[in-house]
Amino acid sequence: MMFRVPKTPPGAPLLIVEHMTMRFGGLIAINDLSFTAKAGEITALIGPNGAGKTTVFNCITGFYKPTSGRMALIKGTHDPAQIVATTRLGGRWSPGATQPQTPGVFLLERMPDYEIAAKARVARTFQNIRLFPGMTVLENLVVAQHNQLMQAAGWFTGLFGAASYKAAERQAVEKAATWLDKIGLTARADDAAGALPYGAQRRLEIVRAMCTEPVLLCLDEPAAGLNPRESAELNALLRAIRQDSGVSILLIEHDMSVVMEISDHVVVLEYGTKISDGTPEHVRNDPKVIAAYLGVEDEEVGIRDQGPGIRG
Amino acid sequence: MTEPSAQAANAPSLTGTSAYNHSEPITFIRQLRYAGVAMLLAFGLSMPLLALKLSQDISNHLIVEQRFLLLASAMLIAFACGLRWRLFGLRSQWPAEALYLVLSALLLFFLIRAFHGLGSLFEATLDKGGSEFLIALGLLACGTALQSALAYALHVERDRWAAALPAMPEGLAARFGGHCAKHANTGALVALVAFPFLMLALTGTAGAIKWVDNFGVQILIYIMLGWGLNIVVGLAGLLDLGYVAFYAVGAYAYALIATQVIPATFPALGVWAFWICLPIAGLLAALWGVILGFPVLRLKGDYLAIVTLAFGEIIRLVLVNWTEVTKGDTGIQTPRITFFGLPFASATGDRTFGEVFGLSGSPTIYRSIFLYFVILALALLTAYTTNRLRRLPVGRAWEALREDEIACRSLGIDTTSTKLTAFAIGAGFGGFAGAFFAARQGFINPKSFEFIESATILALVVLGGMGSLLGVALSAFAVIGGTELLRELDWLKSIFGPTFDPAQYRMLIFGAAMIAMMIWKPRGLISEREPSIFLKERKAVSGTLVKEGHG
Repeated sequence: MMFRVPKTPPGAPLLIVEHMTMRFGGLIAINDLSFTAKAGEITALIGPNGAGKTTVFNCITGFYKPTSGRMALIKGTHDPAQIVATTRLGGRWSPGATQPQTPGVFLLERMPDYEIAAKARVARTFQNIRLFPGMTVLENLVVAQHNQLMQAAGWFTGLFGAASYKAAERQAVEKAATWLDKIGLTARADDAAGALPYGAQRRLEIVRAMCTEPVLLCLDEPAAGLNPRESAELNALLRAIRQDSGVSILLIEHDMSVVMEISDHVVVLEYGTKISDGTPEHVRNDPKVIAAYLGVEDEEVGIRDQGPGIRG
Repeated sequence: MTEPSAQAANAPSLTGTSAYNHSEPITFIRQLRYAGVAMLLAFGLSMPLLALKLSQDISNHLIVEQRFLLLASAMLIAFACGLRWRLFGLRSQWPAEALYLVLSALLLFFLIRAFHGLGSLFEATLDKGGSEFLIALGLLACGTALQSALAYALHVERDRWAAALPAMPEGLAARFGGHCAKHANTGALVALVAFPFLMLALTGTAGAIKWVDNFGVQILIYIMLGWGLNIVVGLAGLLDLGYVAFYAVGAYAYALIATQVIPATFPALGVWAFWICLPIAGLLAALWGVILGFPVLRLKGDYLAIVTLAFGEIIRLVLVNWTEVTKGDTGIQTPRITFFGLPFASATGDRTFGEVFGLSGSPTIYRSIFLYFVILALALLTAYTTNRLRRLPVGRAWEALREDEIACRSLGIDTTSTKLTAFAIGAGFGGFAGAFFAARQGFINPKSFEFIESATILALVVLGGMGSLLGVALSAFAVIGGTELLRELDWLKSIFGPTFDPAQYRMLIFGAAMIAMMIWKPRGLISEREPSIFLKERKAVSGTLVKEGHG
């Protein structure tokens, strides 16, 4: 089972978020956010605490339904007319988009969470790691391949030990073993996931998401709680993932060394509003970002001290 | 009470074995001294209350009753406990030690006092069978002391022994253990198949009916119900308090189809009623599982438990009140099971099982043995299916759902259908068991499907260790078998007097056992989880890591 074809060509838009607004009662968590994540790139979403980054993630992965806005995930080449047509038709995706070989578009705001993962192929990790702690490392990765294995097993034909299911299961284990090799956890494959050290759990969660064969991988603070060595390992893993599988990555991160080092494109949020959008270089030098997030220059302190700036 | 590990960290290790970190080497003389102090304390505390008792004689004069034997047994217990605590407690400082001795003596004192005040039972014990009671206490104390000494020898003197003995026995033991584990399933199966014939040979026809039907069939029904509920509670982590509803659906499906539908449509098939209804009952129960599953999909934890509880009660109340169909509390007479169309007893003069196979005597024993094998087959089917399902994507999804539902959805698992299949399959097995129950009893009414049944089945799953088939079987064996066994303890009457009925203490013992389990084995008899797949070696997952699920 390989990546779905047609793949969105590198550099073309993969996820187009337009005018996304999320209200919780009177609180506007995200205010008219628009950005585009391109295929094959690492897009970072940064911002001070409470800026709404995780809310954006929860909307993209279907755990929240945005109050308004459109999130289009492109399969194949980008065709603006198709997005408009699909939106008008009222479906969750363009006709045939779930079939292999057919290009199309998925409107994520209309899809429930598990469908976004299964059909649109958007995988995610969580800020507070959500592994299956009582299952082994290998089981965690096999569960991630649930939908592929389900197709092989049917609902119950696997009950009688069908050969096709056995083959599919062996394949799933092989894929899991390959990934475990990459993160150096092969020796612990048969240990409970909950018994792993924190850094290993983080890597395992990322790899588990990769086992669903996503086109877009959303990582919510993958470097949180990691020491510098583990942080460097994470950078290497993310780069390797992008290079080997061509998956696009959407990343929330506070660790600027990770963000500036590996991302191609940075979106900065503050109080739910986008304040900057561009390359790491661009963002790093954007006075708005510096004022709001990275801190202000020493000589400006006197002037800006009363302002709402949060210094990093 | 201080944490043993904290103390162990402070005290230097002298004996070399990890569990014994005393500041001084343990000698047996020291043990005896400590135990002696405990005994003296017990003497001081219990002397006035235990040894002498004021009571009135027939002419209303106060007399002093002497009960030095009771005092002696109290002291013996204190001695044994002192010895034991000194050996097992990891206390290295004398204040803690002294506190322990005082506490143990006090505890004993209160215990004896409480027992003394319990009223008729122990009054009667002390007056009538007092000596036996005291001997029992003394034996208990001696046993404890012996056990302590043995533990001392095994743990403290282990290094010396290990040096003296070659390594062979250990290797042998490991090989023997491995051998046993490998053939445990086969052994258990052979024992289960041989059981009714063994009972027939050992206890004769009358005894075998009791052992096969009251014990074998009864336990196996609960094992099957426990295994069915285990899918919902143990694997998928959905707390279901109304499981008995599906048992009732199965039972009434059999009763109604066999007594109403089949006679009205194909009366010739009457003898096959059980075999026709069995799959129908399972399917109907599974359908009801889905019907229950739909509205409760959004609920979690306590809320789920309450709604399932209500569902169980609704089914029962419908059975009670829908008298035109279910005949309410009057119940329904159900046709007995047949040997694949061949009845065991016939009022109309049909050929019976005994006639065809040339077996004389009461048909009851043949029916009991046949019932035993039917429920054994059904239970094994449940176990087989559960084991296979655990290795299929749907089974793994159940367990993943129990571990973390949100993570499941982030991996594209449709939690709705996963939950519904768990409800449906679990309910289906409940339905099978229900149909069997109706065919075995020959009569059903709603009284058999009260909440206490759901609670018992859930207790089996929890006591056994959620998710473990062996654990559930063991707990069913202990709880159901133990309950039945209490009826067999007539010899206790010779000790506690003729009015003593051990079966009356069923719930008390059950409750005490539950509390003891929650203290010492909170995750059930077998808390470890067997992984469904492995790369290099199968390692059990510790129960502390496995989640219990919250809906």
